[in-house]
Amino acid sequence: MTALAAASVVVALVPLAAVLFYVAFKGAAAWNKEFFTGLPTLFGSGGGVANGIVGTLITVALASIIGIPIGVMAGIYLSEYGTGRLGSLIRFVADTMTGIPSIVAGIFIYGLVVLNTGGYSGFAGALSLAILMIPVIARSTEGVVRLVPDSIREASLGLGIPRWKTIVRVVVPSALNGIVTGVLLSVARVAGETAPLLFTAFGSDYFNLNPFKGPMPELPLQVYNAARSAYQGVIQVGWGAALLLVLMVLVANLLARLAFRSPGGGR
Amino acid sequence: MMGYMGKRFKRENAGDLLFRVLALLFGLSILAITFGIIFELWINTSLSREKFGLGFLWSTDFNINKGEIGALTVIYGTVVTAVIAIILSGLVGIGIAAFLVEIAPRRVNRVVGFLVELLAAIPSIVYGFWGIFALAPWLGEHVVPAIKSALGWLPIFAGPYVNASVFTASIVLAIMILPTVAAISRDVIEAVPDSQREGMLALGATRWEMFSRAVLPYAKNGVLGALILGMGRAAGETMAVTLIIGNNTQLFTSLFQQGATMASVIANDFGEAHGLFLSALLEIGLILFAITFLINVGARLLVWVFFRDPRGGVRV
Repeated sequence: MTALAAASVVVALVPLAAVLFYVAFKGAAAWNKEFFTGLPTLFGSGGGVANGIVGTLITVALASIIGIPIGVMAGIYLSEYGTGRLGSLIRFVADTMTGIPSIVAGIFIYGLVVLNTGGYSGFAGALSLAILMIPVIARSTEGVVRLVPDSIREASLGLGIPRWKTIVRVVVPSALNGIVTGVLLSVARVAGETAPLLFTAFGSDYFNLNPFKGPMPELPLQVYNAARSAYQGVIQVGWGAALLLVLMVLVANLLARLAFRSPGGGR
Repeated sequence: MMGYMGKRFKRENAGDLLFRVLALLFGLSILAITFGIIFELWINTSLSREKFGLGFLWSTDFNINKGEIGALTVIYGTVVTAVIAIILSGLVGIGIAAFLVEIAPRRVNRVVGFLVELLAAIPSIVYGFWGIFALAPWLGEHVVPAIKSALGWLPIFAGPYVNASVFTASIVLAIMILPTVAAISRDVIEAVPDSQREGMLALGATRWEMFSRAVLPYAKNGVLGALILGMGRAAGETMAVTLIIGNNTQLFTSLFQQGATMASVIANDFGEAHGLFLSALLEIGLILFAITFLINVGARLLVWVFFRDPRGGVRV
């Protein structure tokens, strides 16, 4: 049995190594000055993803501004006030929504925002990413805030501090490390999402610094376009973009886990 | 937990009331988003629903020019790829869970667990890129000839292999859902009480017998939940599949042929879709949402039932 179980672990880790090494190898070869400063070319070789890097940063930042407050507050609701049936319902729905296909968030925002406001935009992309973030952040926030011992709440209330202040100034700061971890992991996940952006940000071959007007270039979309190109040069840039994407996501992931090194609690 | 304190205060002060209402609103936002999605998709698919009706679900047409569209080919593609993916990753995932829980020392557990989670962190588009440019040719050179020579007479392995095929897409899907299956299986197997293991070992069972005859049957519901959840993830996977499956809306008979899934056909055809076709694509999206929603609900119920009452009533 040991052999079988150990073999499964090997079978799992081989593709991980294969993906990481292959992307690193091919991607690094594509990294040069033009890659980081230039715009995409449709054919031939060369070109870069500068607009995509900027676009992704703008879109993910906007998505975070929208999604983090909503998600964290929803998590606080679930933890502090969500003991009844409504809380259970919201919890169950949130759990289920963490698993919906990201493409559904994309076509939802497409119908809601793009069709009604006349066009693709970085804002629409940010909205679709925020929809993906909110249930995940809510559940992870709830989980961490729940861990704060009741004794802390009771001590604060016992001192006469109103309940809302107890939550905001005592409970949440205690859980802050865990909340940040959950948030960072969620941001890392949506930074790599492609499907929702197909219908919302749409992508572009030029810079766009205005998320409310016009299609927004996105790094994941540039990888997608490169994959469908017939030109080796463009595919090469795709590898570079894929490596950049993987690094961004992995760094955010590691940061999230390291931030959790000193678990919150006790003040 | 804190509910009893709320009833104690006959008159809440303004700050508490405000905050509670605020928190409630944000909590309700989750319900609002969910029902918003269902509602909006339903409305935007009225064109297609009126034209095709329920027959949309089992029609195999997919001719945009003639205006005849049906969802069966892509539902078929989604189900086939998801089932193959879960068979492959279920075996490996349960094996990993067994290794982590039954065999590995604590430190190995943490390292391997972390690495498997890394698999989950890699973006789907990167899997797609790697899958079509690196894995597919490699499979074609090293794996397919072996399959062809041993099992080539089977209809599911008929025909020439092309890089973009159902076969490759299913394998990449299996890799992608592996972390989900392994993580939940590990939690479930960890939750099996040691008394079950000890009882079996006391009867003289080997480790394998203990695992297969005591632990797994006990964890049945939870593991099933993990598998179904993994299948749900596979069904909703878009970018990797779009790049690898070839996007041919046909009822393929061989795994080496090309196919299409609900998610991949939407991603592939959305760009130039208008009017009726657009509505039909959105309807496919609605069906996808409904299917993954139901799969998720079912799986979570199973896992929840396991953690509450592992043997459906028999508590040890």
